[in-house]
Amino acid sequence: MIAELGLAALWLAAALALLQLATGVLALRSGTSDTGAILSALVRPVAILQGLLVSFAFLMLMWLFARTDLSVALVAANSHSDKPMIFKLAGTWGNHEGSMLLWITVMALAGGLIGLAERRLPEPTLLATLSAQAFVGLGFYAFLLFSSNPFARLAQPAAEGMGLNPLLQDIGLALHPPTLYFGYVGLSVAFSFAVGALVTRQVGPDFARAMRPWVLGAWIFLTLGITAGSYWAYYELGWGGWWFWDPVENASLMPWLAATALLHSVSVLASRDALRAWTIMLSVVAFSMSMLGTFLVRSGILTSVHAFAVDPERGTFILALLALYVGGALLLFALRVQTVTEGERFAVTSREGALVVNNVLLSAILGIVLLGTLYPILTEALGFRVSVGPPYFNPVGAIFVMPMLAVMAVGPLLRWRRDRLERIQKPAVFLIVMVIPAIILSLMVGYSGILPLLGVGLAAGLAVGSFLPLRGRNLLRVPLNVWGMVISHFGIAVALFGMSSEAAWSVEKLAALNAGDQTQVGPWTVDLTDVRPRAGPNWTAIEGTMLARYGEQDPIKVAPQSRTFWSPVQQTTESALLTRWNGQLYAVMGSQGDDDRWQVRLWWKPFVTFIWYGGILIGLGGLLALIGRLQGDWKRRHTERRIAERAAAA
Amino acid sequence: MNALKPKHQRLVLIVVSLIALMVAALVAAYALRNQASYFYVPSQFVSEPPETGRAVRLGGMVREGSLERLPDGVTVAFIVGDGDAQVPVRFTGIVPDLFVEGSGVVAEGRLGPEGTFIADNLLAKHDENYVPRELEEMTAMQKREVVAETEAAAGRAITQ
Repeated sequence: MIAELGLAALWLAAALALLQLATGVLALRSGTSDTGAILSALVRPVAILQGLLVSFAFLMLMWLFARTDLSVALVAANSHSDKPMIFKLAGTWGNHEGSMLLWITVMALAGGLIGLAERRLPEPTLLATLSAQAFVGLGFYAFLLFSSNPFARLAQPAAEGMGLNPLLQDIGLALHPPTLYFGYVGLSVAFSFAVGALVTRQVGPDFARAMRPWVLGAWIFLTLGITAGSYWAYYELGWGGWWFWDPVENASLMPWLAATALLHSVSVLASRDALRAWTIMLSVVAFSMSMLGTFLVRSGILTSVHAFAVDPERGTFILALLALYVGGALLLFALRVQTVTEGERFAVTSREGALVVNNVLLSAILGIVLLGTLYPILTEALGFRVSVGPPYFNPVGAIFVMPMLAVMAVGPLLRWRRDRLERIQKPAVFLIVMVIPAIILSLMVGYSGILPLLGVGLAAGLAVGSFLPLRGRNLLRVPLNVWGMVISHFGIAVALFGMSSEAAWSVEKLAALNAGDQTQVGPWTVDLTDVRPRAGPNWTAIEGTMLARYGEQDPIKVAPQSRTFWSPVQQTTESALLTRWNGQLYAVMGSQGDDDRWQVRLWWKPFVTFIWYGGILIGLGGLLALIGRLQGDWKRRHTERRIAERAAAA
Repeated sequence: MNALKPKHQRLVLIVVSLIALMVAALVAAYALRNQASYFYVPSQFVSEPPETGRAVRLGGMVREGSLERLPDGVTVAFIVGDGDAQVPVRFTGIVPDLFVEGSGVVAEGRLGPEGTFIADNLLAKHDENYVPRELEEMTAMQKREVVAETEAAAGRAITQ
């Protein structure tokens, strides 16, 4: 019954999406006539109802997973009755069908939220936006219902489930995918806004101010989702790395780069009415990158830890959707871009100019990542096999990241419209002076490559530079959105410092030890005291107990495990982490050799945690900016209402 | 630059952007030619070896009886073969769980000075859902070979 309820809700939601599209388009065409008014009054409630129905379908699927209903094909293939409850629930989206249902749920919820809360857009643009949102949604409903039905029943209930990939049985699964999806799919709102504005030819500051909170919201989730995913990969895979340039990681980075560029260009459009066509273009590109990521992961065209069951039919379906939506939006853009009149002009040396440079560099980085990700597919079509990794991405990316960071440090000091470089000469010189001691200091700690060295220097300059916009202002009166910018930029500096430090000063030790042996890694002395078996709810493990001493301090116990799961049968390494303010000790337990010694792999990673602290700060800055914007909005509307009331009373 | 008319300034921005993007494309294309790591099977690796030190990937089967652990306890040496040729491989680190003799492996690394392949990383079958792409096809190829062999044998049996 539960599965049928869920499926019925999903079909009904799809029907509502169709209704939303039809009423929206008809209302737009009938304009201000009576029928038009009735039709347009329908669109918002339909959008809200669609969001509620598909959420209901999603909850039904979660319930099926919670009960481990083995008559449902998806549950039988991906769950197991022995699994702890949290992983049963999170397992709802740990598979292809469930994650696509999450996708459409977020998409419909975003549409519902527009219907519920969006008050700034002119009515025609809102109608066009909600129609576009429904149109994009319909493709994904079709995909789910015709090729990936999550509620399909088995003819004969399974005796036991096949279980969930043990690598996914981690709290990370509960956090990372939903956060990332809110970001990925949240960008569909920017896409629909852009389509809506193109349809009604209303690209201007008001439109940008309406779109900005939505872009900010999606961007915050995307930032936090990527940060969470990076930390998860770092401790779960046991490889000691935090970013592997895996195609799927790139698939999440590309929308983030596009969304970051969009965030800045939409601000220019909102404050200065410039970069109109460019902002629309970026909105289309950002969501296209989300869909491209889904295509890359789900088509099986690239292999990665994120690929679930690979199915060419599904890949073709998503490719068709991608072509339809991106192609359609670009065609609309080409047809309408002439009517998007030229915006305000500005001098090259101005805040706008700096933001354009930021946008160009972000786009260049996006292009570099895209090219590196797709290159193996291109060469495979030509008959030879390559893989593209850090030797390509790191140096080539750095060529463009470094000037971008430099512009980021001084750009916020420039005035809108027109400025003189002489005016920011002093702070610029001051920042360069900050970079030099940082570089000297890091050379004293130890040199290992030019990139980390420059990274530390730039991080120092940017960390100071990010606070310069506050200089000479009353801190209590600085608007929240300026605080947001300051904190986000500071977060970039913090993350950059973490990355550079990890790359430059990590120490690795691989040793074969007997219980009772001692080894050194960086400032740590580690004793392997004991190795013994352990048992968990659905696994057994070999656990090594180690006592780690930092310098002369008291020893602390760490216990990495090598786990064997039995459903499905698979081994995983459970690394043990010891966090200090200045870094992490990372311990991994290997196997036992012929001479009975145990393999142990240890890393000391100075300041590695700053990578994720930085990510959180970036997201926090976004949140402050969002609150600031919404607050400003609310105040403005409140004042307008008061004025209207007074006028009415008089 | 401030002396320029606004219209020209816009033009300057567009030109500068295009140049930046073109430079990005050129740099990327150049780096891809040099930094992409190519995939080799042992026979190819022996007939046209890559330059020493260049990052490549080597895929094949771990030969039965070739796997040995060196005295330091953390380095393994083994031979990767494909029926026609064999390449000695050395890897320092914790081997993947499903890495055993007679199974497929993809080694990422470079050709060392003495003809030994020095692996930085070993990719073995993770579980049934995650198999390196090269390995996946290798198994399909092996299946075809087995089928062909059996068919040939059956054909011989019939003609006899």
